[in-house]
Amino acid sequence: MTEHEPEKLNVAPGTPHDSLASETTFYVIGLALALLLTGVSFWVASTSSLWGPGIAVGLVVLAIAQMGVHLVFFLHITSGPDNTNNVLALAFGVLIVFLVMIGTIWIMSHMDANMMPDPALMNLQMQH
Amino acid sequence: MTAAEAPAIGLTHGGSEDTGLGHRGPESKSIVVPYGFWLFVLSDIVLFSALFATYATLADATDGGPTSYELFDRTLVAIETMALLLSSFVCGLAMIAAKRGSMMWTQVWLVLTGLLGVVFIYIEMHEFAGMIAEGAGPQRSAFLSSFFTLVGCHGAHVTAGLMWLGTMMAQIWTKGFKEHIMRRLLCFSVFWHALDIIWVAIFTIVYLIGTLP
Repeated sequence: MTEHEPEKLNVAPGTPHDSLASETTFYVIGLALALLLTGVSFWVASTSSLWGPGIAVGLVVLAIAQMGVHLVFFLHITSGPDNTNNVLALAFGVLIVFLVMIGTIWIMSHMDANMMPDPALMNLQMQH
Repeated sequence: MTAAEAPAIGLTHGGSEDTGLGHRGPESKSIVVPYGFWLFVLSDIVLFSALFATYATLADATDGGPTSYELFDRTLVAIETMALLLSSFVCGLAMIAAKRGSMMWTQVWLVLTGLLGVVFIYIEMHEFAGMIAEGAGPQRSAFLSSFFTLVGCHGAHVTAGLMWLGTMMAQIWTKGFKEHIMRRLLCFSVFWHALDIIWVAIFTIVYLIGTLP
């Protein structure tokens, strides 16, 4: 579409580029990496040979890695100068996502720990 | 320093024509429209983050009802994951074909994208129907309310995406690869890839972490 322009300052997210072979290879690499990470996630979740308490954290790390693979290989988000606007918008989105999720989980777990009366009292309160 | 040079100080970058202050004017529609759509997709992801936070808070609030261990089937989730991932990949192939103006391959890949999406939705509906039938509907507990809201919202997005996909196929067929059609197709592919990214978070947080031994 716009590949013959001599100089591009911006590019739309998701825009593919280059030749047929290299574009297809790019998607195939992305698919292979995503399949690998998905497979490892399902294996990690079902094996008993890993240290139990670390599994949930490992799964979250694998998920974030796979999201990165999708962003780079399917949505073509790069670190190039023509992608600055896309990356900045993404960074802001990620900031808000982390604020909402970590903030909620943090605050609600403290509410749970600090404000929940003990079970005996709880039962009394239930008897309205 | 002459008077003509003075106003330019602070506005130019080493003699470049581009001042970075809108000197070139706005970008073309083929850049601005997908960028605006990218902002929408990111705000949609923020919406999902609120649903994820709600689910994480309420995941243990089962009210004595069925728990995630009893309800979730990892085999079905693996099939759903494969269907959506392959659908996202094939959607990328459709974009490659569309860029080269190949009507047949674009339509073939888009049909395959849609079929894989239908497989995903069918399995999800099957799972939801089974849960509701055994009394584990959204009204049973706070855990199930947040589960159906989160996963159902993703399913609704996929369903909307399938309708959009059908519309795009018809538009490509009747109008060809015109610039505004390509723009819409690009927006659709961004939407479809984003849904797969959200599904990665769902299968990890809801289904895998929810059924750890």
